[in-house]
Amino acid sequence: MGTRVEGRRDVVVVGGGPAGMAAAARAAELGLDVLMVDEGERLGGILPQCIHPGFGVHYLREELTGPEFAQRLASRVEDAGVDVLLEAHVPEVRWISHAEKGVRVLSPGFSGEVRAGAVIYAAGARERHRFEIGILGDRVAGVYTAGEAQTMMDVYGILPGRRVLVVGSGDVGMIVARRFALEGAEVVGVVEIMPYPGGLTRNVVQCLEDFDIPLLLSHRVVSVRGRGRVEKAVLMRVDEGLRDIPGTETEVECDTVVVSAGLVPRVEVLRELGALIDPATGGPVVNDRLETTVPGVFAAGNALVINDLVDHAAEQGEQAAEGAAEFLRRGGIPATDWVRLRPGEGVKLTVPQLLSGERDVWIYLRVNRPVRNARLSLRGAGREVRLPVVRPAEMVRVKLMAGEVRRAKVGGREVVAEVYRG
Amino acid sequence: MTGRGKVRRLTCIVCPLGCEIEVRLDRGPGGDVRVLEVRGATCPRGREWAAQEVTDPRRVVITVVPVRGGDPPTVSVKTDRPIPKSRIPEFMRALAGLEVEAPVRVGQVLAKDVLDLANVVATRESRSMGRSFGERP
Ligand SMILES: Cc1cc2nc3c(=O)[nH]c(=O)nc-3n(C[C@H](O)[C@H](O)[C@H](O)COP(=O)(O)OP(=O)(O)OC[C@H]3O[C@@H](n4cnc5c(N)ncnc54)[C@H](O)[C@@H]3O)c2cc1C
Repeated sequence: MGTRVEGRRDVVVVGGGPAGMAAAARAAELGLDVLMVDEGERLGGILPQCIHPGFGVHYLREELTGPEFAQRLASRVEDAGVDVLLEAHVPEVRWISHAEKGVRVLSPGFSGEVRAGAVIYAAGARERHRFEIGILGDRVAGVYTAGEAQTMMDVYGILPGRRVLVVGSGDVGMIVARRFALEGAEVVGVVEIMPYPGGLTRNVVQCLEDFDIPLLLSHRVVSVRGRGRVEKAVLMRVDEGLRDIPGTETEVECDTVVVSAGLVPRVEVLRELGALIDPATGGPVVNDRLETTVPGVFAAGNALVINDLVDHAAEQGEQAAEGAAEFLRRGGIPATDWVRLRPGEGVKLTVPQLLSGERDVWIYLRVNRPVRNARLSLRGAGREVRLPVVRPAEMVRVKLMAGEVRRAKVGGREVVAEVYRG
Repeated sequence: MTGRGKVRRLTCIVCPLGCEIEVRLDRGPGGDVRVLEVRGATCPRGREWAAQEVTDPRRVVITVVPVRGGDPPTVSVKTDRPIPKSRIPEFMRALAGLEVEAPVRVGQVLAKDVLDLANVVATRESRSMGRSFGERP
């Protein structure tokens, strides 16, 4: 039996990763008629390829591997009665009216437009590639993004190379380095441009130290050389300003370079639709219902802001579903004099960008450098939080009470997140 | 740290704090490692972890196993309990020849008591090829 596609839906969810699945399940549990569309062959987004444990500690109170976490959410989606359409790409979402959007769907079985009362956009992120981080040199085989290497190894069972250099020491880079080492490849190093590792200490210990993988801090890969296939990479040391230090070139022999240089929210469809994009997050500007600046279009997960924890992505999915339900029930999210939430000293980004003061709200923020004994101040809301340690790799999540947001309405009409030492 | 024994420095992995822990240890009469003192941990869980980590470090092992006639052509697996870190390479070699038949369900035991250390359990499903997506096995 194929999935019914035609006709009008209460909610169409674009993307079937953890954020989309949580959104679709929650919306259906709230009694809405939901269609979820994903271009992949199976549900789960990037989770089926993330075979390490570390998923769901907060959301499911149990530590699972990526595929297991995906399976749990997939059964919830099925039990909730969500219609799922796989191998279906959404190239465009069209504004028809305040109460109606047109979602274009391209798939082997169905191509056309599905009308929706509300859209939840959960299309995840794309990986940055070598040219975006300035790795020049020859165009050769053997250069992969971390996700590509992971998919080859952990979905198709193919080892991409034997002598591997990993670029970027975020959690993803370190986890991929460990997988190569476990499968018998030699990992010649993990190169990091910053003076500290990008990911969690846990991963420095269990992924690098456990396997004697060298971590090269304050270095960057400037080029890749080879004929046909990678033969070597050229590294340089950088100073505090991240500028190359002349005369520090070294060559490293390797047959594979894996680039793990971060993710970028996939927002083309939203941008075309006219949604305002926040340069700090790379995702859309949203209010505390996770509604974008296009009424009736909501965003969640990595398409909204890059999440290091799947728990947060899934939680945003649920919030977006609740927002969509309110939109449908009341004919819109009531306009209000929004309070702006923005990053200040020591903070790189904050979400959501607009707060109503009508409800308590989870705010997510990322700092721009590691700080021990940190003091997080939400200036304007009169709130201070002490945190033993904050790091750029770990999103900070704080609940702000409605009353605290309302305080800012009498003041400067904004809440500024700042992080200090001590 | 002063006194008898050898000192090992560790970065705690129990929580995001990442305390720098020092463990002083020596060897008992039977050659077994004994913990004399743990310093630098700010909680009891950290102290426990550090003691375990220097005497008998263990890890859950994750990898993939090929599935004959399966879609996708592998399943991801994990050990059902942590195994001694020093035996991970040997454990991986023992799994190198393992191949299973489709279909595989999540939670299915694919190899029992490997090296008498742990069972190997599937964490992802693989369907029999030729079955269309969305169809229930
Ligand atoms: C390598 C790696 C390791 C990680 N490890 C951990 C960990 O240990 N613990 C943890 O908690 N978190 C971890 N994370 C983070 C977590 O996996 C992510 O936060 C989460 O997967 C984001 O979910 P998402 O639903 O927003 O996006 P995704 O999982 O990327 O899903 C997006 C989906 O949208 C679909 N899609 C995109 N565009 C379209 C379109 N136009 N039409 C149709 N479909 C579309 C895609 O096919 C995809 O299925 C890790 C992330 C990575 C990359």
